[in-house]
Amino acid sequence: MADTKIVVNCETGEVSEVELTAEEIAQRAADQAAWEAEQAAIEADKQAKAEAKAELLAKLGISEDEAKLLLA
Amino acid sequence: MADTYTLISSVTVGAGGASSIDFTSIPATYTDLKLVGSIRTNTAQTDNSMDINFNSSATSFSARFLYGSGSAAASSTGSTIILQADGGAATSNTFSNFEIYIPNYAGSTNKSYSNDAVTENNATAAIAGLLAGLWSNTAAITSVSVKASTGTFVQYSTAYLYGIKNS
Repeated sequence: MADTKIVVNCETGEVSEVELTAEEIAQRAADQAAWEAEQAAIEADKQAKAEAKAELLAKLGISEDEAKLLLA
Repeated sequence: MADTYTLISSVTVGAGGASSIDFTSIPATYTDLKLVGSIRTNTAQTDNSMDINFNSSATSFSARFLYGSGSAAASSTGSTIILQADGGAATSNTFSNFEIYIPNYAGSTNKSYSNDAVTENNATAAIAGLLAGLWSNTAAITSVSVKASTGTFVQYSTAYLYGIKNS
């Protein structure tokens, strides 16, 4: 993973590649962990909903297409 | 005819990649700002959200967005999130496109912005989205930073910052 950022000074037009500070690297790691946790929660939610849906369809004894037809 | 649309600065990411692109010392001489990007990131996913900061601040942001994924439509909320970058699993050598429009960036009221984006992927899964954002801060915007929510920008990603005058 790149440990640099690109800084463009709009006043001078100077473009520089700057090493991240220790604080910025720590923040990036924290952001990464938060993002991964969020993605895992979204995936778990999707999985739980899919399982609940399949369970309900099985209980009703109808297919997904038949359920869609009922709601159309 | 008045010259109302001016390129302030642009950047192309080099071979080493970059964790963020920061436009600093933005002059207050325009009415609005427009940031245009062509972005790819090095993550394992097909697409990847990004984050925006103004004046090095990541607080007091709120966002509402809607998007289509190629198979479903959805809406959600966030803070600094902006849409949307290609990930490393997207079709090789493709880049996403995004635009962010920031009206009255140098004014003394809270700053609203809009963002539209599409990812490129030669498969069913590809994102098209729209976002409305608010930075609840009355300071004039003098710097804008964008970064991938995870991973880094790869070589040949580009960003162009334009200043727009109303006269």
